[in-house]
Amino acid sequence: MKAVCWNGANDVRVQSVPDPTILNPRDAIIKITSTAICGSDLHIYGGYIPTVQQGDIIGHEFMGEVVEVGKGVNNLKIGDRVVVPSTIGCGNCNYCQRDMWSLCDNSNPKGWIQEKLFGNITSAIYGYSHMLGGYAGAQAEYIRVPFADVGVVKVPPDLPDEMLLFISDAIPTGYMGAELCDIQPGDTVAVWGCGAVGQFAMISAYMMGAEKVIGIDRFPERLEMAKKFAKAEVINYEEVNAGEALKEMTGGRGPDACIDAVGLEAHGVGLEDFYDQTKQKLRLETDRPHVLREMMVACRKGGTLSIMGVYGGFVDKIPLGAAFNKGLTFRMGQMHGQKYMHSLLQMILDGKLDPSFVVTHQLPLEQAPHAYHIFQQKKDNCIKVVLKP
Amino acid sequence: MTSTSGDKSSTNQPEASEVERWASLIGGGAMVLMGLRQGSLRGALTALAGGGLVYQGATKQSTIQKAQEAIGLNQPIKVEKTVTINKSAEELYRFWHDFENLPTFMKHLKSVKVYDEKRSHWIANAPLDNTVEWDADILEDRENEFISWASVEGADVDNSGFVRFKKAPGDRGTEVKVVLEYNPPGGALAATVAKLFGEEPEQQIGDELRRFKMLMEAGEIATTEGQPSGRK
Ligand SMILES: [Zn+2]
Ligand SMILES: [Zn+2]
Repeated sequence: MKAVCWNGANDVRVQSVPDPTILNPRDAIIKITSTAICGSDLHIYGGYIPTVQQGDIIGHEFMGEVVEVGKGVNNLKIGDRVVVPSTIGCGNCNYCQRDMWSLCDNSNPKGWIQEKLFGNITSAIYGYSHMLGGYAGAQAEYIRVPFADVGVVKVPPDLPDEMLLFISDAIPTGYMGAELCDIQPGDTVAVWGCGAVGQFAMISAYMMGAEKVIGIDRFPERLEMAKKFAKAEVINYEEVNAGEALKEMTGGRGPDACIDAVGLEAHGVGLEDFYDQTKQKLRLETDRPHVLREMMVACRKGGTLSIMGVYGGFVDKIPLGAAFNKGLTFRMGQMHGQKYMHSLLQMILDGKLDPSFVVTHQLPLEQAPHAYHIFQQKKDNCIKVVLKP
Repeated sequence: MTSTSGDKSSTNQPEASEVERWASLIGGGAMVLMGLRQGSLRGALTALAGGGLVYQGATKQSTIQKAQEAIGLNQPIKVEKTVTINKSAEELYRFWHDFENLPTFMKHLKSVKVYDEKRSHWIANAPLDNTVEWDADILEDRENEFISWASVEGADVDNSGFVRFKKAPGDRGTEVKVVLEYNPPGGALAATVAKLFGEEPEQQIGDELRRFKMLMEAGEIATTEGQPSGRK
């Protein structure tokens, strides 16, 4: 089959690789009909995610059709149309059973890498480094889905892929980002980053009762989208100081909750020399730790920070004094897709949510290198690319 | 008669307290290896199972070990690791008690053959396509709680170990603790056996316990071996 393989920093290629096969009883093979490039795939593309190896198939946001099931999967059959969450959960461990799927104990076969760094093992994610399991990713014609009997959501045949695809990753991520804010009536929620996750975070914040939502970005087309679809007020942080603007827009108080939807560069992996190396690279490439700092200073006293952007290692110079003295609450984590997907699907079926507005580009899988390039460089007003195998 | 029984009680008294010490160490689990630094794990387990008489063997063992260290032989490899599994102690104990199940999640084992209630034959994968074999006896077996075992005289690799199942607080399942000790033999076999658990034995045992957990909880062991990639 054809698959998008990582071959080094800023080098992805569409290569011929063997078709996936059933390796475990609870596996299924899915023929992919649509797969998106996520903002966090750009960190892999740029070479910032450690333990990604040359030749790895990447991608974690996808949907398709069941073409083969293992003998342990009784609730799926060939031909079922499904959306698959990007994080892999077993459904049996204590965390999965408490609906904290991204903290699954059992889906990561290479957990020892993580255990050394994080002290514990978290769930695997498709196509997102060996530290996170080393599973082959979704930007391919076919994918092997482990524990396919849990989490995978069957979807009806009548809606187009673009309506359904994002319940795999971007919508539940944004939704969880808003949920973690514990929004009260009258609250103002500020969202850093107006990519797909940010858009869904803003929409979700309104759904949960926020009175005002503020989107912060530097790309005019994203800010336009935030205004038009998420009904947000916006700040272009290249034009004005975001911290001061937020104060002005909130009567001098600061937002009640702040969501980091920037999709942070994962900062290396613990090994100290690696850390030192990446630290420099990150400084040149991005001011993303800057978002965290800005949120801590901008947030109102007693407010909440909800961090959905990906962090992998260490961040420097965090103003903990501000967070401590202001009594801030920090909430964060990889999204628990399986917890949210069914109700999100229902919202889409009920006509309460149409996520297809985020799609700016639809390209054949073969054009993945081009797609990565324009997404990374924000060329051609690129916000979300859907690849069609 | 009186004096004999008096002697007996006076010799039994300190031995019982030693056994109690081991029992609490192994039962409590904390710092087992620290506590066993002076004696071998096997000695402690045998003492725990057999009482005072075997305790003599345990101290003797430690003398042998000291002698080995003095002449520069390999130190024993000791590892301990605990994992919490979302299953009852009964279920986990039952699976583990059939030693023939162990190679399904312990990659360093090639096979285990159970002869009878006490004795079994173990074949382990050593580096460079070698194998090492030994017979082991169950030393102590407390249903749903504790199993200890040790290799018998003349084993390729002198080794011993125990597994302990203890209810976790709340609804978290069972805490499973494993402690293993290997004494690499001298001679040509030493280098082969020294790496029975690779460069990082703690990690290897951790991986094996994690696979045990996957198998018990999810019914299968997560893997990415055999999946496609763009590597040549
Ligand atoms: Zn993503
Ligand atoms: Zn799980």
